Amino acid sequence: MSLAPLPHAPAARAGFVRGFLSVPSAAIALAVFVAMSAAAFLAPWIAPQDPYDLMQVDIMDNLLRPGERAWSGMTHWLGTDGQGRDMLSAMLYGLRISLIVGILSGLIALAIGTLVGLVAAFRGGWVDAVLMRIVDLQLSFPTILVALILLVILGRGVDKIIIALVVVQWAYFARTVRGVALVESARDYVEAARGLRLGSLRILFLHVLPNCLPTMLVVATIQMAQAISLEATLSFLGVGLPPTRPSLGLLIANGFNYLQSGRWWISVLPGVVLLVLIVSVNVLGDRMRDVLNPHLGR
Amino acid sequence: MLEFILRRVAQAVLVLFVMTLLVFFGVHVIGNPVYIFASSECTRECLNDIIANLGLDRPIWEQYWLFLGNLLQGDLGRSFTHGVPAMSLIWQRFPATLELATAALVLALAAGLPLGLYAGLRPDSPVSKAIMGFSMLGFSVPIFWIGLILILTFSVRLGWLPAIGRGQLVEVLGVRVSFLTLDGLRHLAMPSFTLSLIMMSMVIRLTRAGMREVLHTDYIRFARANGIRESRVIGVHAMKNILIPVVTVLGMEFASVIAFAVVTESIFSWPGVGKMLIDAIAVLDRPLIVAYLIFVVVMFVTLNLLVDILYSVLDPRVRVGGRTR
Repeated sequence: MSLAPLPHAPAARAGFVRGFLSVPSAAIALAVFVAMSAAAFLAPWIAPQDPYDLMQVDIMDNLLRPGERAWSGMTHWLGTDGQGRDMLSAMLYGLRISLIVGILSGLIALAIGTLVGLVAAFRGGWVDAVLMRIVDLQLSFPTILVALILLVILGRGVDKIIIALVVVQWAYFARTVRGVALVESARDYVEAARGLRLGSLRILFLHVLPNCLPTMLVVATIQMAQAISLEATLSFLGVGLPPTRPSLGLLIANGFNYLQSGRWWISVLPGVVLLVLIVSVNVLGDRMRDVLNPHLGR
Repeated sequence: MLEFILRRVAQAVLVLFVMTLLVFFGVHVIGNPVYIFASSECTRECLNDIIANLGLDRPIWEQYWLFLGNLLQGDLGRSFTHGVPAMSLIWQRFPATLELATAALVLALAAGLPLGLYAGLRPDSPVSKAIMGFSMLGFSVPIFWIGLILILTFSVRLGWLPAIGRGQLVEVLGVRVSFLTLDGLRHLAMPSFTLSLIMMSMVIRLTRAGMREVLHTDYIRFARANGIRESRVIGVHAMKNILIPVVTVLGMEFASVIAFAVVTESIFSWPGVGKMLIDAIAVLDRPLIVAYLIFVVVMFVTLNLLVDILYSVLDPRVRVGGRTR
């Protein structure tokens, strides 16, 4: 019995890519996202300055307007912040942290949620009932509040905010995967696999799971946008990341204090980057849903 | 029916109990409040005095029982920093949050319904595409960022609207509100718009989806065949059915709008419970944090319970437990 279910044959996959990119907004969003990820990944090499290295940051250069030259003769194309950090560099590093937090928390939540969802769908009975009651309970509280409470208890830190984001996200994955797995389990190919006396774990992970992947991919993309947005919000409120490792949200928060005095670039520029990132991920998710699963409406 | 309600109430009580455990022990881990009160020359003795005063010398289980007992009497302890009962602070601040959330709700309906109707009636027009794009932005853009841009545009650049506070207040039935004065309205405009965006996007999407579904039903066709004016067909006959999901979702969302007010209130320094929570977190005012969380949890559980019971009254199928299917 081959592992690959029918829709994942090479021809269908080529059709998927072409179908995905046939809408201009999706192609642009993909290009933007890839460019931003590359810039974030390469930040240590392409940023004009290491914003965490106090030797390179001069407080005398603080609050320079975009395009102004510093004492050292370096031109700060996007200005500097209150501590004299080069905004372009700070934003590249900030983008890096925002992306890492968004992707890591999304992947961990996806793994946990998938496991819970599959178990609930396959075992049924009281296991299913208990797990879904927990999911219901969790989803009935707004994400921001749960994350806020967790971070108050855990404190600040990259690892802590990832934990908080995983806790608020896993339930979405669990519910979605359970729904899809229930539908898939009723299909003929599962019946056939059972007829062949394949083990239930094998059926679950090698036959049912691959068919849940398209839906999981859509939910994962949209959740990633949510995670980035939530992290930025929490950091803005001052409970997310430590000031030594500013993400985009923290950069915006730092600039907020200068906004009233007309120094707009410190908060607006990272804000624009955050906005473009979130919107492009959302466009990708929307497009993916249209291509992979036309029935999954909002 | 009675059995269903009793079962749901029992569940709600269980959830509340578990939440008090989580909140109490969770918040107990953070910080040491003793140091907030201790001056720098405080000796061992005076530290012990403070600890005894705050009741922190007792075993944690005893502290929890005391907390639970007081909770049942509506007493959530005294705020460390304000020195007054935490609950009274919440009741004092809550009207501001409620006003903000209500204004956001009204705004979401007033703008969202017409926009959603238009997008549903002319799904292919460029204006509809723009409306849907706007609703996607409303869903995905963090609201603190929108608040920031509003402040930059309308307060810093144009100087039209004030960026912080509630403005001039008027007392109505013992509650101070700002929406009845011009100054208050100007203060309310930006925070309420910021808070309403998520709801507005939701109303737009629901109305549009409802409109497109309803337009193909028989009763709309018969209404048209009867020669009823189009405005009445849309405004009365179609609207009635569209409003059901909109009202349901908004009812369930209202509590989370109050939770999201945390963000809006801290941007615009709106003196509600959300701003109070962030301030309390900054100084680790444990009783105040606990009181806010318990307050919100009770609100959520009660609202969910009411929605569930209301549903079971309207739709008997729910009662036999088909909800999660």
